[in-house]
Amino acid sequence: MRVRVLYFAILKERRGRAQEDVDLPEGATASSAFDHLFPGIGLPVAFAVNEAMVPGVAPLHDGDELAFLPPLGGG
Amino acid sequence: MIALVDGPIDTPAVEGAVRGDAFGAVLTFQGVGRNSFGGRPVRSLYYEAWTEVALRELQAVAADVTARWPQVRIAVAHRVGPVPIGEAAVVIAVGAPHRQEAYEASRFAIDALKARVPIWKKELYEDGEEWIANRP
Repeated sequence: MRVRVLYFAILKERRGRAQEDVDLPEGATASSAFDHLFPGIGLPVAFAVNEAMVPGVAPLHDGDELAFLPPLGGG
Repeated sequence: MIALVDGPIDTPAVEGAVRGDAFGAVLTFQGVGRNSFGGRPVRSLYYEAWTEVALRELQAVAADVTARWPQVRIAVAHRVGPVPIGEAAVVIAVGAPHRQEAYEASRFAIDALKARVPIWKKELYEDGEEWIANRP
């Protein structure tokens, strides 16, 4: 499946881009996609699929927009 | 008024959005760029937002405030991009009939903003930079 992935803050810097389309194996979840893209980064992140917050076990589907949210720093 | 702005925040405009003849209290909270973090000198700040979702979450925070304090009016502006030391990164204005609910609503709003609105802060130092997470 192909998923659009959004990166913010430190993840955007690490990846060198704000978003990209990524091919993932069937059965991929939000957290397995993160582990695939950022192996060993050791950063606690939250996940959003199609702009809704989801747990890491959330299954992904072709055409989804997946966002990784590093720890927030607003305010 | 709920806004993300990429320059200095017009604080009087944020306050003006919550004034009303029924409001005996107008309370403004400003989160301001500070010149140190844990003893380390900070030269400037940089904020990044997930714009669409941050605006929606700010609206949701404002809706939570007015659900809890129905007589309160709230306005929030958060700055994105570079923020110099001493300038406001966020301004929250609350208008209310009385001061008690204004203080409560203001505190609730900044705590909720820090917890759930997708905005990130980077501190720039003399010798590097670091993304800083809010404490729970």
